[in-house]
Amino acid sequence: MKKNLLGALAVTTALSPLAAMAQTEVQFWHAFTGRLGELVKAQVEEFNASQDEFVVVESHKGNYSETLNAGIAAFRAGEQPHILMVFEVGTATMMSAKGAIKPVYEVMAESGASFDPDAYIGAVKGYYTTTDGDMLSLPFNSSTPVLWVNRDAMQAAGVDPDTDLSTWEKVGDVLEQLKAGGEDCPLVTAWQSWIHLENLSAYHNVPFASQDNGFAGLDTELMLNGPVQVAHLSAMGDWAKDGKFIYTGRRNEGGANFRAGECALFTESSAGYAGIKAEAEFDFDVRPLPYWEAVTSEPQNTIIGGASLWVMEGHDPEEYKGVGEFLSFLSSSDVQAAWHQNTGYLPITAEAGEATRAAGFYDENPGTDIAVIQMTAKEPTANSKGLRLGSFDQIRGIIDEELEAIWSGEKSAQEAMDSAKERGDALLRRFESANQ
Amino acid sequence: MEKRVTFRGWLLPLALIAPQVVISAVFFFYPAAQAVWQSLFIPDPFGLSSKFVGLGNFEFLLSDKFYRASFVTTAVFSTLVTLCSMIPALFLAVIADRLIKGSGAYRTLLIWPYAVAPAVAGVLWLFMFNTRVGVVSWYLGQLGYDWNHVLNGTEAMGLVVVASAWGRISYNFLFFFAALQSVPRSVIEAAAIDGARFWRRFFTIVLPLLSPTAFFLLVVNVVYAFFETFGVIHTITGGGPQQATTILVYKVFSDGFVGQDLGSSSAQSVILLIVVGLLTVIQFKYVEKRVHY
Repeated sequence: MKKNLLGALAVTTALSPLAAMAQTEVQFWHAFTGRLGELVKAQVEEFNASQDEFVVVESHKGNYSETLNAGIAAFRAGEQPHILMVFEVGTATMMSAKGAIKPVYEVMAESGASFDPDAYIGAVKGYYTTTDGDMLSLPFNSSTPVLWVNRDAMQAAGVDPDTDLSTWEKVGDVLEQLKAGGEDCPLVTAWQSWIHLENLSAYHNVPFASQDNGFAGLDTELMLNGPVQVAHLSAMGDWAKDGKFIYTGRRNEGGANFRAGECALFTESSAGYAGIKAEAEFDFDVRPLPYWEAVTSEPQNTIIGGASLWVMEGHDPEEYKGVGEFLSFLSSSDVQAAWHQNTGYLPITAEAGEATRAAGFYDENPGTDIAVIQMTAKEPTANSKGLRLGSFDQIRGIIDEELEAIWSGEKSAQEAMDSAKERGDALLRRFESANQ
Repeated sequence: MEKRVTFRGWLLPLALIAPQVVISAVFFFYPAAQAVWQSLFIPDPFGLSSKFVGLGNFEFLLSDKFYRASFVTTAVFSTLVTLCSMIPALFLAVIADRLIKGSGAYRTLLIWPYAVAPAVAGVLWLFMFNTRVGVVSWYLGQLGYDWNHVLNGTEAMGLVVVASAWGRISYNFLFFFAALQSVPRSVIEAAAIDGARFWRRFFTIVLPLLSPTAFFLLVVNVVYAFFETFGVIHTITGGGPQQATTILVYKVFSDGFVGQDLGSSSAQSVILLIVVGLLTVIQFKYVEKRVHY
């Protein structure tokens, strides 16, 4: 009996390297559930079916923060996956973890998979690229904020649904009319810091933080208490006081109100498309994010939110070859075009965007290209390439707290942003000293 | 003559206490020592490097006025949770104890909420008080009160206190109810014959006899409010609005597991350990003197 067991053990141990040699396994940890989870699964299955050298194994590890934590904990235990999905806020944390990550440009060069850094849309890849132009992580799901309009609610309040909403000045007038027309919730937002501070800054080409928003070094300081930001938040604060802007929470709580038809205008990610399209029982359309005419006559580009794929250090070259092939597959035009059309996320390559246009998708679904145009109309500047700040998740928490103080009327916009800067800078200094 | 069990030799007694010592060492002393050690460093999240800062983490924390404010928040929160969970529990236990018929059914119903996990309880209360779709906030709206715990710190605090205390009432009820059962009937009957009314009997006889139980529950509930209410706060407010509901333990979590700042997070656990240790000492030194066993 014992002998048999030993024999069986010997056979299995002898066999398993063979099996591994036949198909190299690549672990991929992501944060998607529901419809997005299904789409990721489909991508992985398609890749696995397309060749027989590698097998990608996808697993869901919770929300963005939890997935990042799982990756960090796994690295500490020496069991890290090959590919880890990290949200844009974690970019600086990952970048500083030299020795834990393997930059994507290196992986691609070593694996010999086809890789053309110039094929990616500048405003998308910029967020994840060094100042020297080396791509550190592969952009996966990227979106940018736009203005969603409930046309029926506009009509009900006696406002022409086709009114020009391109500037905040005009939006201000419309909010006044909506309120006068009996609308209880003229404006609602999701992700307030991302849209009304981070994107606001990029869109008006003013810095959010020094050192090129943190791209040029860790010794960066927040600059979110500048006149442009303060003027915008003061206006929002006034709207909140008059009941024209309704605050619902720090994340995307406002989405439920908008999709239920309770609100007229909604600033939210372009990736809100899938949910709004599925649930809204009213006529809606998408507009570009408004800008302040008083600041600029021509807005810069908006920046992205979402996640990118990081390759972790500590695996065999053969496995990295599989990683390279998979990343190359994900970047291919067909995969990207399908992803873009199904989710409302931006295509990461210009080619995928063109393929989508050629297929007539934008004509059938008007407004879905607004996010792409908004991102790509202008070449990104140092202020609009993205943000790279340490402890950024916590800094966003601080910003949320200070914004709540504005909405409730406890602080003026200037006081709140001065305080956000002071508190955020303390965290940036800590991050700097931990990563020297 | 002192009466004691004596063991010959050391082996058996050591073997008998070994499991307890091992468990304490593995699950308490080792992690606590780790926390103290780590609180002296600023490590990077991946554990690739770490920088010795001495008491720097403590200095950073104590100079942060939001951290200091968090002590006040914690004090307010835990006092309210303890009171709101003990007083109704005592009241319910006394009422249930008086019942002759059907006390078993009431007892069972009153114990149910304890089976609900804190995070789930949090979600339940959140749905009832949701500013847009909540049933309670809708009724409040009908009465002309505009409920908005998303922006109003006092309302947010009230909501997390109620949600945390709710499930706890059951636990306290169980203890009070058991204690009431052990109050000798003869004493109460004697007082009744002397003409003492129910509430007079309650305050002069029953309550003092309940004091050991009440003291035990006080210690346990304070510890509960300090540590185990995390799930409720996480689901309902996430520590907001501003920092109105950020209690110490919630900040340990958000700095350590959201912010990846393990140095500060460790320093906070050390501070928390000291605070709760001190509180327990105070409770045993001063409050226990007033307890009659």
